[in-house]
Amino acid sequence: MTQRPAFVPWFVLPSVLTALGLMVAMLTVFQFSIRAHIPGSLDVGGYTLDNFQDLHKSIYINAFVTTAWLSIKTAFFGLLLSYPLAYALVQTRSGWMKSTILIIAITPLFLGEVVRTYSWIIVLGNSGFINSALLAIGLIDKPLQLMFTQTGVVLALVHVTMPIMVLMLATGLSHIDPAYRRAATSLGAGPVRAFLTITLPLSLPGIVASLTTAFAWTFSAFATPQLIGGGKVSTVATLVYQLGFSSLNFPFAAALSIVGLILTILLLAVFKWMTHSLQRVGAQ
Amino acid sequence: MTGSQYEKWLGISGRLLVALILVFVLLPTVVVTLSSFSSTSVLFFPPKGWSLRWFERAVSYNDFKQGFYAGLIVTAWASTLAVVIGTTMAIAITRYEFRFKRTLEAVLLSPLFIPHFTIGLGLLMLVAQLDLGRGYPLVIFCHIVLVLPFVLRSLFVSLHNLELRLEHAAASLGASPLRVVWTVTLPLMIPGLFGGWLFAAILSFNEFTASMFVTTQATQTLPVAMYNYVREFADPTLAAISVIYIAVTATLLILANRFLGLGRVLNVEASR
Repeated sequence: MTQRPAFVPWFVLPSVLTALGLMVAMLTVFQFSIRAHIPGSLDVGGYTLDNFQDLHKSIYINAFVTTAWLSIKTAFFGLLLSYPLAYALVQTRSGWMKSTILIIAITPLFLGEVVRTYSWIIVLGNSGFINSALLAIGLIDKPLQLMFTQTGVVLALVHVTMPIMVLMLATGLSHIDPAYRRAATSLGAGPVRAFLTITLPLSLPGIVASLTTAFAWTFSAFATPQLIGGGKVSTVATLVYQLGFSSLNFPFAAALSIVGLILTILLLAVFKWMTHSLQRVGAQ
Repeated sequence: MTGSQYEKWLGISGRLLVALILVFVLLPTVVVTLSSFSSTSVLFFPPKGWSLRWFERAVSYNDFKQGFYAGLIVTAWASTLAVVIGTTMAIAITRYEFRFKRTLEAVLLSPLFIPHFTIGLGLLMLVAQLDLGRGYPLVIFCHIVLVLPFVLRSLFVSLHNLELRLEHAAASLGASPLRVVWTVTLPLMIPGLFGGWLFAAILSFNEFTASMFVTTQATQTLPVAMYNYVREFADPTLAAISVIYIAVTATLLILANRFLGLGRVLNVEASR
């Protein structure tokens, strides 16, 4: 670790170039956000703060609130559904069960946002699976409105983020030394108590990692709110796209992205602070 | 209730819960598969008749074919370069000290929380300002940045689990540091390298949000072509292509699981 062989700079170089590319791209977003928009042109004008002043309009404030709310709900429900799967995946002794859970849980990861969103359209539509099934068994007499609602978007987003959450939770759970649990059980703790006092606190890092990823993925999800929300659910991502490609107002799209990025960092900081407090409570 | 009865009840309800969650995960896949065989061009569930016409249209539709090839090019380059960049960086970071090490790590892991559309938008505006074209290099660079955090994670884990004594042994027997990396570290990292590459390839082939910003008609990847299709047409062609996607993926995964042990590759195997 002390002396450094001659090849190390060459090993670092490719990643430094990649990091520089990313940093320059982020600086470009920042730079565009403080430039004036020239209607009908891709070129930008002089420096100004007007873009940020326009963000006060209620349509943008609402988009921020909707996006943050969607991300929190998705991360929360995603965790509720992913944790049992990850737990079963790590705990099961049957190889067959393990493979089945693993394949079913992670196959959706390979299908991408578009395929899965499209599938949910068929599930949620007025003549889709849920409504046809509920009508057939007579539970409802007219179709439920699921498309173009926040509920529909959250359902699909939970499904989109679940595979990655299961993987991250399972990685965390699989690295917990089973000796701790055995020790608790041999000292008389029941399965529920052993889970609540040993497994759950020890899996907190995995929970935080998966919540963070789910949150970030939802925040940047575009296809799901756009297709299932159908214009009724405006998020930061859909607005940035509209501003960029329909109005060609890149400076304003950049300003919206910058504020979105700051909001993400703030919410993640809150997440982190909450888990730290939780861990301290758990340690006592 | 006695203790054992209680445990039995707990086991059964746990299993039921897991089964219900698996049904939720599978539901859209089953529904989309049934719809793809529909004979009508309007989506109804359950379909009113059966046909294969949407499959014929899906494989002959030009944008899908082009998107598939463009996607393969981008994925092959992006995932391979990401593994090369990630491996050299992970070895340098875990084994040696250098300035700005933490900064470099933080910057390259940041795409985990920076929204994809922001990265796509930034790269798009950057090439516009520098008057560079929006060709494959742009899309490939964008994908490298997005998948690198996942590659790095997988590689850090596998480097962390390596027996350092093996490297010390090789060094004490006179192997140069580069030779140690080449003959000891890299061969031992192979499962992690493969896992990282697989993850990178999957994410890149499916990446949609940032690709929307950085691709053009000529470089649009399959997810972008599919998205454009849903906006224009409402027929079940997309259901058919989804089913092809699902079938190919599930087969590949089952084979990968059989021959490589997915649990090990994805690092979710329990330590017992």
